Amino acid sequence: MLKFPKAVAIAVAASLLCGSAIAGKYNLGREALKEEVAAWDIDVRPDGQGLPEGQGTVAQGEEIWAEKCAACHGDFGEGVDRWPVIAGGVDTLAGDDPVKTVGSYWPYLSTVWDYVNRAMPFSEARSLEPDEVYALTAYILYINDLVDDEDYELSKKNFLEKPLPNEANFIEDDRLESPVFKVAEPCMKDCKADVKITGRARILDVTPETDDD
Amino acid sequence: MSDSIESPAKKIASRRNFLKSGLALGGAAAAGTIAAAAGDPDILEKKDWNQYPGDGVDVRPYGAPSEFEAHVKRKNVPWLTADPISSVNFTPLHDLDGIITPNGLCFERHHSGIAEINPAEHRLMINGLVDKEMVFTMEDLLRFPRKNQVNFLECAANSGMEWRGAQLNGCQFTHGMIHNVMYTGVPLRTILEEAGIKGTAKWLLPEGADASGMTRSIPIEKALDDCLVAWKMNGEALRPEQGYPLRLVVPGWEGNMWVKWLRRIELGDKPWHHREETSKYTDLMANGKARRFTWEMDVKSVITNPSPQATLKHKKGFTVLTGVAWSGRGTVNRVDVSIDGGKNWQQARIDGPSLNKSMHRFYYEFDWDGSELLLQSRAIDSEGFVQPTKDALRAVRGTNSIYHNNSIQTWHVKKDGSIENVEVS
Ligand code: HEC
Repeated sequence: MLKFPKAVAIAVAASLLCGSAIAGKYNLGREALKEEVAAWDIDVRPDGQGLPEGQGTVAQGEEIWAEKCAACHGDFGEGVDRWPVIAGGVDTLAGDDPVKTVGSYWPYLSTVWDYVNRAMPFSEARSLEPDEVYALTAYILYINDLVDDEDYELSKKNFLEKPLPNEANFIEDDRLESPVFKVAEPCMKDCKADVKITGRARILDVTPETDDD
Repeated sequence: MSDSIESPAKKIASRRNFLKSGLALGGAAAAGTIAAAAGDPDILEKKDWNQYPGDGVDVRPYGAPSEFEAHVKRKNVPWLTADPISSVNFTPLHDLDGIITPNGLCFERHHSGIAEINPAEHRLMINGLVDKEMVFTMEDLLRFPRKNQVNFLECAANSGMEWRGAQLNGCQFTHGMIHNVMYTGVPLRTILEEAGIKGTAKWLLPEGADASGMTRSIPIEKALDDCLVAWKMNGEALRPEQGYPLRLVVPGWEGNMWVKWLRRIELGDKPWHHREETSKYTDLMANGKARRFTWEMDVKSVITNPSPQATLKHKKGFTVLTGVAWSGRGTVNRVDVSIDGGKNWQQARIDGPSLNKSMHRFYYEFDWDGSELLLQSRAIDSEGFVQPTKDALRAVRGTNSIYHNNSIQTWHVKKDGSIENVEVS
């Protein structure tokens, strides 16, 4: 019983010390320095918020790609072995074998910039300079036939001029409107006339071998 | 290839049965099944452990399971991904019981391997639309009032390999991208309020400290509702592969959002549409459109025993069927079980705690007459939503959506007690 008023008193005293009416209730942690926030705050949004100054051309991007990306993603983003495919796949989304790439699927170019900057190249993330990321993003547009000029330069200034073609095909979650979400008492007895096996896992045989024998 | 067609499941089965029969022998003999004239040697002969002392208390300062449980482990499916550094392994659901997943068996999904972080060097930064941008050390976080919560974490792609048909023989592989753990941490709300939430803040972007720099956009309502910033799982520190020293807990929502190695949370007025919520974790429909921000994990269940990795070797007689059920929209009200492929259903018995957005354990005991069975389970959650059949779900989703497959699983039990993953009409 004694503890609570004491904690409040301490919190009030602390907020007075800080000279701020908005200081937290527990007075834990400290204010982040501007340079600390700048060091970690690297995220980029579709409206361009977060993009640093910089620019790069398709031709510059092609060189960096050949050196740092092509080994996994292929010279033209076609994907080596099982590594991700970055280009192509247009008009495949409604088919049996959809190929989701920046050109065929991704809704926003900012996502490319953000992701390449934060996570690529795989095994050496956050090693690229902003100009390199602009150049690589320009090259990814190029291999997806979204720009056709090797001299095309992408920069902070013209970034929003390149919407991606599939943006309009993303819809919000409307699962609850679908018939499988109808609330109804399920059938318990004689729910179907007969039951046939229509598929078996054995046919595909893709279950991993057990390694304990 | 023809040689290996049956081998994986069979090898697992025979290995397990070897172990099982070895272990079960004592029990069977005691029950009088093997009342051979000579008597059961496991009773009649002295064992080493009856005679000689075992390890002292200084030998196992951090305990490990019995050597006879060595087969109980996470497994991966190598063909699924290009590289184990960005890959997944699966919880052995068929080897577990109750509702809590042991820490060392919780499935792993990393995008750039396991970050090994010294907690003394770990920081949590809150920036963006807050009154005061802040930094917390682990010591700071441990001084906030704490909360305990048991929640399941299910990868949105759990059962994703089964959209086009039965593929993998074992609930570990078809349903093992899930675990259920008690977390200790501080409500995310408390930390955000410590920094002061600006009125314009509508979205959060949690970010991981690993080399993938995982990010997801989360609406502020969820953050203020039931999210936790956690450092303990099942009473002990988070395992490195589960985000040590700090992870986000986002109850009921897809596992990818539960950012591990959490080091920063930004508040903003719009979502970020980052890679894991555009290229991935969006649900492609048959018409080529894609749903985004499909966060809740829907009502789902699976029979864990018997199942392809846990066969029915006793032939006929009294049989315990068990499984797990969960819903990201609340609790599980009921689980029904069918042994004839969905013709007739009986209500199973839920045993153990029924907690919000947590796994539930169900049992159904029956007298097996030794004939072939088609086992199914169907869960109904507190919202009244019923787990759909595969056909019903495919009718509204198509087969390209990868994520959010919560349909009813069928196991085919053959007369010899072996079991296969099948689909039925
Ligand atoms: C060592 C192989 C490797 C190299 C080199 C590499 N990547 Fe990647 N890339 C990957 C893997 C693996 C992923 C998927 C990671 C995951 O699962 O989270 C990926 C994902 C991507 C994606 C997203 C693909 C999608 O569909 O979501 C883009 C874009 C990308 N890489 C661009 C680049 C660029 C640009 C470079 C060069 C600077 C590069 N990568 C170098 C392996 C590589």
